[in-house]
Amino acid sequence: MAVNVSIPTILRTHTGGEKSVEASGKTVLEVIDDIEAKHGGLKDRLVKDEKLHRFVNVYVNDEDVRFAGGLDAEVKDGDTVTILPAVAGGAR
Amino acid sequence: MLRIRRDLVDAIVEHARRDHPDEACGVIAGPDDGTDRPERFIPMLNAARSPTFYEFDSADLLRLYREMDANDEVPVVIYHSHTATEAYPSRTDVKLAQEPFAHYVLVSTRDPEEHDFRSYRIVNGVVTEEPVEVVESYMFANTGSDDLPDA
Repeated sequence: MAVNVSIPTILRTHTGGEKSVEASGKTVLEVIDDIEAKHGGLKDRLVKDEKLHRFVNVYVNDEDVRFAGGLDAEVKDGDTVTILPAVAGGAR
Repeated sequence: MLRIRRDLVDAIVEHARRDHPDEACGVIAGPDDGTDRPERFIPMLNAARSPTFYEFDSADLLRLYREMDANDEVPVVIYHSHTATEAYPSRTDVKLAQEPFAHYVLVSTRDPEEHDFRSYRIVNGVVTEEPVEVVESYMFANTGSDDLPDA
């Protein structure tokens, strides 16, 4: 099960500067674990207490996985997984 | 330093005024060629619709980054407004800043007449304010804001 994973600028230090990497897995968590095995350090930036970090968005194709099972969201062969840090902030 | 065209500054301030008292937010994209030149104004919806918080809508965010990717653009400027406090990054702003190469622009609209327009780098939790040079055009490097009457 090969998927293409798009890596945001801030996390490319963990992928040797690569904008996207190949990974495998049947769920988002398996894909993240597979990337972690090849490029250590990435998982900590995405997952906290076995949940996706509140200010990191992960999409399978066009769907935000937060609305599709979170880390258990299903991934199929040929899917594109996109990781994007939220753009957020505030006065407080 | 942030070098930015006057029409883009005006567009940011106008957006901030329009959405006041909620925070306004958006991006100015520019070519991904190292020139650090803000070109394309993209106002974003504040999905939080809040006077103290902003967040790009998640579907809009994906669309924005896909579009920039297709155009070979990067987010040169990420802007938002503070509507009751100064134009300085809050603890939340610093904690959530995740674009190390962007200029983080803050506009304060707490004063109905005068606005504050300031720019920062935010990298690994460290805030560095930088000068802003407002130009009429990127073609004439020496036409700075000092050469022009105040707006």
